[in-house]
Amino acid sequence: MMRQASKMILGQGLPSLPTRTRAVVVGAGKPRMYHERVVDHYSNPRNVGSFDKKDPNVGTGLVGAPACGDVMKLQIRVDDESGKIVDACFKTFGCGSAIASSSVVTEWVKGKQMEEVLSIKNTEIAKHLSLPPVKLHCSMLAEDAIKAAVKDYETKRAKSNSIEEAAPVKKAADA
Amino acid sequence: MTSKLLAALLRRSLLKPTTSSCYSTTFIHRRPLSTAAAIVEPLEEDANGITMKGVKISGRPLYLDVQATSPVDPRVLDAMLPYYVSRYGNPHSRTHLYGWESENAVESGRAQVAALINASPKEIIFTSGATESNNISIKGVMHFYKDKKRHVITTQTEHKCVLDSCRHLQQEGFDVTYLPVKPDGLIDLEKLRESIRPDTGLISVMMVNNEIGVIQPMEEIGKICKEFNVPLHTDAAQALGKIPIDVDKMNISLMSLSGHKIYGPKGIGALYVRRRPRIRVEPQMNGGGQERGLRSGTVPTPLVVGFGAACELAMREMEYDDKRIKALQERLLDGIREKIDGVVVNGSTERRYAGNLNLSFAYVEGESLLMGLKEVAVSSGSACTSASLEPSYVLRALGVEEDMAHTSIRYGIGRFTTEEEIDRAAELTVKQVEKLREMSPLYEMVKEGIDIKKVAHFGYGVVAGRIQLDQSGRSSSGHLSSRESNLCLIRLC
Repeated sequence: MMRQASKMILGQGLPSLPTRTRAVVVGAGKPRMYHERVVDHYSNPRNVGSFDKKDPNVGTGLVGAPACGDVMKLQIRVDDESGKIVDACFKTFGCGSAIASSSVVTEWVKGKQMEEVLSIKNTEIAKHLSLPPVKLHCSMLAEDAIKAAVKDYETKRAKSNSIEEAAPVKKAADA
Repeated sequence: MTSKLLAALLRRSLLKPTTSSCYSTTFIHRRPLSTAAAIVEPLEEDANGITMKGVKISGRPLYLDVQATSPVDPRVLDAMLPYYVSRYGNPHSRTHLYGWESENAVESGRAQVAALINASPKEIIFTSGATESNNISIKGVMHFYKDKKRHVITTQTEHKCVLDSCRHLQQEGFDVTYLPVKPDGLIDLEKLRESIRPDTGLISVMMVNNEIGVIQPMEEIGKICKEFNVPLHTDAAQALGKIPIDVDKMNISLMSLSGHKIYGPKGIGALYVRRRPRIRVEPQMNGGGQERGLRSGTVPTPLVVGFGAACELAMREMEYDDKRIKALQERLLDGIREKIDGVVVNGSTERRYAGNLNLSFAYVEGESLLMGLKEVAVSSGSACTSASLEPSYVLRALGVEEDMAHTSIRYGIGRFTTEEEIDRAAELTVKQVEKLREMSPLYEMVKEGIDIKKVAHFGYGVVAGRIQLDQSGRSSSGHLSSRESNLCLIRLC
């Protein structure tokens, strides 16, 4: 009985063995810990690059400010008829979490409809990367970048449509 | 009998072998008698390398962060060890050999420290570090003279402990002037002259800055202080043993020194307090009246012996180290500059301690660069590496623009840094900077010829007054949604 009691006392006093998983526990107030995925996206970034800005199928979203330490440029190439995003690329000036957020976003938007990607929330990005509270603005910026890119594409399309409408009218006027 | 049982069970359970299938390839440092409340994540080491905090590297990183702390010189450790295990007396014990020999050791350590700064041993008191010495100097002096003197002058680039002590004094009702610095990091002597008032009780200027490494003109400042008869305090933690210090030539009244920056042990520092003319200080630690009543508490003999040994070594090897470190600094700077452009040295290049190289890389962000430089231990003045989103206050005081302040990296070169380490660090830096510049939209814009400075803020919802960079000429929505305004608040835009 005494042995059992001692075991109980000791059982509560022993430190628990650390878990084997590589995922890092994000604790409040602890210094930055990078989730494995963030490090992966930083070391092997997907879809870094640029499309031609003047291409009518390309929407460009440029958000952020150098003064704040984060600038993201997200470009999407959209198929005109289906409204599907066929390709995406990004360039980011920012910390590892910002680079990872924008890299993740380019992966997620590929193959989706434009309306669908507008519903991507920054909380999903943050959860996927296990971002600590101090890095949440990186995911918010990534969400903004998607919206900006989509809006840019739609504005471009609206302008080119209005130009097309104006041209036949002019032809009719000339004729 | 219960206690014996407990002890036996404890011993058995803690010494159980930790092998099981999942741990067979890793060795986790166990701390069997740990009473730590928080379990610190262990370092996992195996044949493939070290993993900690999600980062995997092939071995221990190259240490280029000497301004943060320095390794203990093996000769210093040799001097300290006897005082831990055989000559372990308390120096204040007057009645037996252990105390007497301990006191002798403390006094010879004191003499060694004093010799390095051309002071008398009677003017040195030992503290727990430069932070404590700074606190004693600033708060102690002003509290002592609080009836007549209500004003303190310091600079904007001081160490946090000095600035925080001054803020504490401000809360108590004193006036503090924070002098601005010129873009090269040095203070303007004319401004200093103008800000001295009849009730100025203390001027505090650090000798060598820990972030940018600039050396302030202490002799000229000392002359001004003598002229106006104001005590001069200097934080010489980074300067001790690296540049020649003479308290008489520089007219210094109080000086803070630190042990772990000159290859000595951590946890020890000293405060030089001038005796002629005497400066009075109110003690911050009350007790048995040790250290001339200015700092009560048992003086830690082994740490003092270590500090003294480190000072003596520094005196002997200062010139040799200086020559060697200067050559290494040039090697690092040339190695980086010949491969990439857009590299800026923060702070004066002439009046600078060679072992501190603070570089800004344009169009690249500091934290992402640090993440890539995981094989090199350096530090950065970037916002992301501090808790807030603001870049280092020292760089801001220099007038470095925000986007450059975000990209700064501080390389520290010391006595034990080798040429191979420098070459490898330069190589890794160049590689990472090039990779990040490929990923950077700012670099792309600059290459296209767009002037980034004209664009303050990018975004599809525009704040009034800012130019929007967009070729398609979208019209801006006049108002911000509440989330955007929150974003802007967080970003301080």
